[in-house]
Amino acid sequence: MNPIQASDWLTVALQFAGLSLFSIGGAIALLPEMHRFFIDDHGWMTEKQFNSGLALAQASPGPNALMLAMMGWYFGLNATAVGSSPYGLAILGFLMTISCALIPTCTLAYTATSWVQKNSEKIFVIAFKQGMAPVVIGAMMASSWIVSSHNANYEIYWPNWALTIATILLFSFTRAHILVLLLGGALVGATGVIK
Amino acid sequence: MNPSIDQVAQRPKSVANLFWAMTSLALQGFGGIFPISRKVIVEERRWLTNQEFVEEWAVAQVLPGPNIVNLAVMLGARYFGLRGALASIAGIFLFPSIVLILMAIFFEQMQDIPEVAGALQGMGAVAAGLIAGSAIKLASGLKGHPITFLGSMVFMGIAFLSLAIFKISLILVLFGLGFISVWLTYRRISALRKGPPLS
Repeated sequence: MNPIQASDWLTVALQFAGLSLFSIGGAIALLPEMHRFFIDDHGWMTEKQFNSGLALAQASPGPNALMLAMMGWYFGLNATAVGSSPYGLAILGFLMTISCALIPTCTLAYTATSWVQKNSEKIFVIAFKQGMAPVVIGAMMASSWIVSSHNANYEIYWPNWALTIATILLFSFTRAHILVLLLGGALVGATGVIK
Repeated sequence: MNPSIDQVAQRPKSVANLFWAMTSLALQGFGGIFPISRKVIVEERRWLTNQEFVEEWAVAQVLPGPNIVNLAVMLGARYFGLRGALASIAGIFLFPSIVLILMAIFFEQMQDIPEVAGALQGMGAVAAGLIAGSAIKLASGLKGHPITFLGSMVFMGIAFLSLAIFKISLILVLFGLGFISVWLTYRRISALRKGPPLS
């Protein structure tokens, strides 16, 4: 992991503000890009922290966009100097990333609402929505892959893959509640089989 | 089903009323927030009919950003202007943020306990499965796509490979691949509209 300078906070703020306008389909579509930014490009966060943030945001009530806030949380936590109060910067990072992600999109939603409603029958609005759909769904699947793929060594991580695939099957073919699935995952994980 | 659901359109009594409705909706939303937001807005509060809700949701999806947040902004703005939009956003985020921060602090304190760390790893594996499962459910909605189901699957597959395997940036994929897909879809819809009317 690389040390975090004060100016890096601005880089993170701009990354969230800039990318948020491309999050058609929601925050999940941004995961591959955020993973590349925090881990591969800058080394400001460990793989484990990135995934813990996603898991905590999923296990907690509220919109999926809070996944982005958890990236700010771990960024702030890693920026904290040894010995100083532990959660101040983490909470600041949490609030900064979610605000930067929301301000541009909410402003756009507020100003664009009436225009889109007036033009909702126009071909270009329909074509934009339907044409983007497959690309956005592909991005969601890539997000799931990136969360799983650091476990690329199948001989060690086969229980992780088995649990993920079991979840896909249960979620697709049964009416199992999301909370039940997460609780099941927590119980399986508590036994220590998930690496 | 209550028959009055599709007749009455009520409206929030006040900005505070709107705020608490959004808070209740957000605190009930684990993972997929779509089902619970429909239940609260259409069935419990009756601010929109089913038909209106679907239309508003479609607009919220066209815009970038989380769908539920866009929907909250649109609803709030419709009833109370800027104040309403801000109250809606605050309702969606205030209490869930507090809960999540408390959970994150709890986890930092407890992560040295192997069972707690293991439980989170397990939930992480489930979370990855939930994202893939949601994507598969959405992909089934591509049947009847203007560029055919197969065509849309090709675009989905290329998007997946570009991001997951070749690590191309999302902006390039959305602008490049997305542009081609939107352009082909636009041409197909235009051709269908100009063609003989379908019965």
